[in-house]
Amino acid sequence: MNPSFLKATLAIIHKDLAAEFRSRELLTAMLSFSVLVILIFNFALDLNPDVRQTVTAGVLWTTFAFAGTLGLNRSMAVEKDRGCMDGLLLAPVDRSAIFFGKAISNLAFMLIVEAIVLPLYAFFYNETRIFQWEFIAVLLLGSIGYIAVGTLLSAMTIQTRTREILLPILLFPVVVPVLIASVLASGAIINDMTLPQIMSPLNLLIVYDVIFIAVSFMFFDFIVEE
Amino acid sequence: MQQKPTLLTILDVLSIIVIGYATYSALFIAPTELVMGEVQRVFYFHVGTGWVALLGFIIASIAGILYLINKKMIWDRFGFAAVEVSCMFFIITIILGSVWARPAWNTWWTWDVRLTTAAITELIFIAYFMLRAGIEDPEKRARFGAIYTILGGLSAPITFMVIRLFRSIHPVVVGNPSAEAQGGFDMSVDMRNTLFIALIAFTILFIDFIWHRVRLGALQEKVEELKLEKIS
Repeated sequence: MNPSFLKATLAIIHKDLAAEFRSRELLTAMLSFSVLVILIFNFALDLNPDVRQTVTAGVLWTTFAFAGTLGLNRSMAVEKDRGCMDGLLLAPVDRSAIFFGKAISNLAFMLIVEAIVLPLYAFFYNETRIFQWEFIAVLLLGSIGYIAVGTLLSAMTIQTRTREILLPILLFPVVVPVLIASVLASGAIINDMTLPQIMSPLNLLIVYDVIFIAVSFMFFDFIVEE
Repeated sequence: MQQKPTLLTILDVLSIIVIGYATYSALFIAPTELVMGEVQRVFYFHVGTGWVALLGFIIASIAGILYLINKKMIWDRFGFAAVEVSCMFFIITIILGSVWARPAWNTWWTWDVRLTTAAITELIFIAYFMLRAGIEDPEKRARFGAIYTILGGLSAPITFMVIRLFRSIHPVVVGNPSAEAQGGFDMSVDMRNTLFIALIAFTILFIDFIWHRVRLGALQEKVEELKLEKIS
């Protein structure tokens, strides 16, 4: 990889993380929202031990998907509102470096939220089966696919009139395979199912990740051009 | 103002005739299915509309790619026309399917592979319309629309494969003899012919609709331009 490309990507990640750790706006919002969603699920689905067996993966993934749109919207809105995006685009770096920078910092926020919500879920529901490395791997793969498409689409929706409202409506129908595959795979892991039952959704998840990272990388130029 | 091409008028008349004949064939020529009875006649139009809806979805993605390559507005009009027509046909397919599913499966809807994918595709179309409605600049609208149709076109097959990991009960009628338990059936020669006629009829109707919609798109653009001229 081109060293200046790597440097530009790292610079954007550094900028996003530094800004976030000073203001903590985005993480606080995502985290409190996640906890609220889990709390609502508790009463909506009556999460007793029998029910939890089957719905844990679904509850967690729904929570992350909803919280994720908050983060994606905010992370792009900050760039747009203060004119930072124009500054970034003026910089003499490859535009895909901007995409990867934004995507990786978005992924970092998502993973931080997941890293806090998982122990919380385990604490609330006495559910330790979610601490398996396979489960974590599925979480990582799912988040990568979700964030790749999400970053691309949030760069798009932020330029429209309806802005924040539009992102989930555009994102969810396209990202549905990630959510279904992740729920299937992580559900199978929690319930100690056989390897083929874990692997078939996992393979599709990997296929999705590869295709959509490549596509997002190709399309980002078209989205930010004026 | 552009004159309506003669070929388009011919196509209009032709599509009325073939749809009329396909209706006649489905209602009177095709034999009544032994187990399901008259309701099975819905099948011919269900497959016909489903086929063109899928065709429109694929055409929209291809038009999206072509637009991004050479940035000609004609591809945007073409893609938008394909999405709009396909969206309508998908709704008809779903409704006709439900009409059949109620007696055959004893439910209007089930979360089967084809049904779920159709529903998600319909949501992708709605998102596409909302995206376009939120952008004023025609060039940007075309660009974003093209990208979104391609994303949709890529994710829909994966959605289909993922949902297939759940069990499916939708019958695979063509080329599958073991589907009877799910409401499948063997087709007689008349049934096959009727299906074939319906497929051709809907393809002609589809081309006719797309053509009209592309022309309408060109007129819309002209109106927009005139409005902008008046304001400035």
